Amino acid sequence: MMQFENLFEKVEAIIDKYGRERANLLPILTDTQDLVDHNFIPEEVAEFIACSLCIPTSQVYEVITFYAVLSEVPKGKHIVQVCDSTVCRLNKNTSLVEALEKELGVSVGNTRPDGEVTLEFTPCFGACDISPAIRIDKKVYGNLTEEKLVKVINDNIGGMHS
Amino acid sequence: MKRTANLISGNFKKYDPLQIDSYIAIDGFKALKKGFELGSDGIIDEINASGLMGRGGAAYPTGVKLKQSRDVPGDVKYLICNADEGEPATFKDRYLLEYDPYSIIEGMVLTAYTVGATHGYIYVREEYSYLHNMLRKTLDLARQGNFLGENILGKGFDFDIELFSGAGAYICGEGSSLIESMEGKSGRPRIKPPYTKVSGLFREPTLVHNVETLTTIKTILYHGAGVFSKYGTEESKGTKLISLCGNVNNPGVYEIPFGITIREIIEDLGGGVKDNLDVKFLQLGGASGAIMPKSLIDIPYAYESFKENGLEIGSGAVLVADSTNRIIDFLDSVQTFFLHESCGKCTPCREGNRQLSNIIGRMKDGSATDNDVASVERIANIMKYASFCGLGKTAPTAVLTAIRYFSDELFSKGDVYERM
Repeated sequence: MMQFENLFEKVEAIIDKYGRERANLLPILTDTQDLVDHNFIPEEVAEFIACSLCIPTSQVYEVITFYAVLSEVPKGKHIVQVCDSTVCRLNKNTSLVEALEKELGVSVGNTRPDGEVTLEFTPCFGACDISPAIRIDKKVYGNLTEEKLVKVINDNIGGMHS
Repeated sequence: MKRTANLISGNFKKYDPLQIDSYIAIDGFKALKKGFELGSDGIIDEINASGLMGRGGAAYPTGVKLKQSRDVPGDVKYLICNADEGEPATFKDRYLLEYDPYSIIEGMVLTAYTVGATHGYIYVREEYSYLHNMLRKTLDLARQGNFLGENILGKGFDFDIELFSGAGAYICGEGSSLIESMEGKSGRPRIKPPYTKVSGLFREPTLVHNVETLTTIKTILYHGAGVFSKYGTEESKGTKLISLCGNVNNPGVYEIPFGITIREIIEDLGGGVKDNLDVKFLQLGGASGAIMPKSLIDIPYAYESFKENGLEIGSGAVLVADSTNRIIDFLDSVQTFFLHESCGKCTPCREGNRQLSNIIGRMKDGSATDNDVASVERIANIMKYASFCGLGKTAPTAVLTAIRYFSDELFSKGDVYERM
């Protein structure tokens, strides 16, 4: 597919960097996904990686579907993750969820129709000292109140509020 | 008794990780030089004398583990620093990675030298990706300073460390699953034996230690076992990093000597419960740990007193819940986690977590049946005794301890369930 042409070259470079052994599959996949706009591994790319490492495509998918970071389907350009583990629940993360859904215009567990943002729950990411916390595109924001949350969203995904 | 100590945490924020000289200026790598003088036997003696037990949760005597690992023959031997800190309510390893990475590196080189390891990895969870580049830089600087690489400090010992990133899987905190993921597979546990010490990464002997354990090895070598074991109780020597969090005023990582009470931890370190509310319960050691009622708040934080009361230190998480929280809601949050994180390899864990989640969900909304209530404990026990690995075995701990201490609230008629 045309849209991935440039991508294959970059993936090739990643594979060369790590080496063509199966043991390097996880870092190859995470680095590759970082290159793709919507935080996923397209099927053509999964096949390309399988081929380069001389392993069945099913083994590549076994890994993609096992790890929370990897996705086989497109997600939003921005990923907003709300910690839903024990500590953040005790610290009333539910009010954050409501505010996020309202602010981002998408319900938790979904990607907004314009493809700009995915809002999802995530297990504990170790920010319990600043709970309740969220992650936006892998960056952690903590000690959140509804007010602070709106500012964080505007700073990171500003201007896209539908 | 003093309520905090600064042996393991003594270097926090005292130097700039991007300037290795600032670490060397505060006695950095002095413990390593001492270790080279002591030799492998001397280091193991020192660690045995300190009474150190594994800080990742299993509390296995570290000196014993070092000796066992050293006695495994092999030209290639791996040392993995397990920084896949995924246990909910636990973040003490993050502080070590962020505020004292060179002590981890120094502890790793000391450990590698002790057991004869040839290659090292720091396996850092993806969620700490913002630390990855800093950590890679510290490894580069350590290599430039000849604290890593070939012929370290001219002692004829070769050892290097690479960083490996996880990809979001709690199960990979379990040693053999972590190793599977490093071989490019999904992170599902291996059957033991063979233990990873004998056959681990790429089927070579592999020693896996928690971040805090490795740092504490360095700490003990630096201060001497005598200074370390002066702290603590008869059976729980030394100090421990705890992750204090939940409904307390001052959450954070604290280094405590074993033996102070849980009340002291909450009130003196945590500044008490938020909004002047009362403590209702705690969860100790993370989501896989026991729920402790307020009535036990005056017991000492130590392995022996915890054991007497059916608790475990685990990772050192101390999660405090105030009186406004319902037990059933809390169990629901624990179950949500384990349902998500069960790897699916064995039936007791995969199905057990699903059934527990369903029943707890019904108890939460008041629609549980007699049959549900009768099943909870049975399913939890099956998971505890029949699961393949530690995840499934410990996933029902919260449920089982909640039943022990809060059965009146959990099973109150008309509140959480209706009789058919």
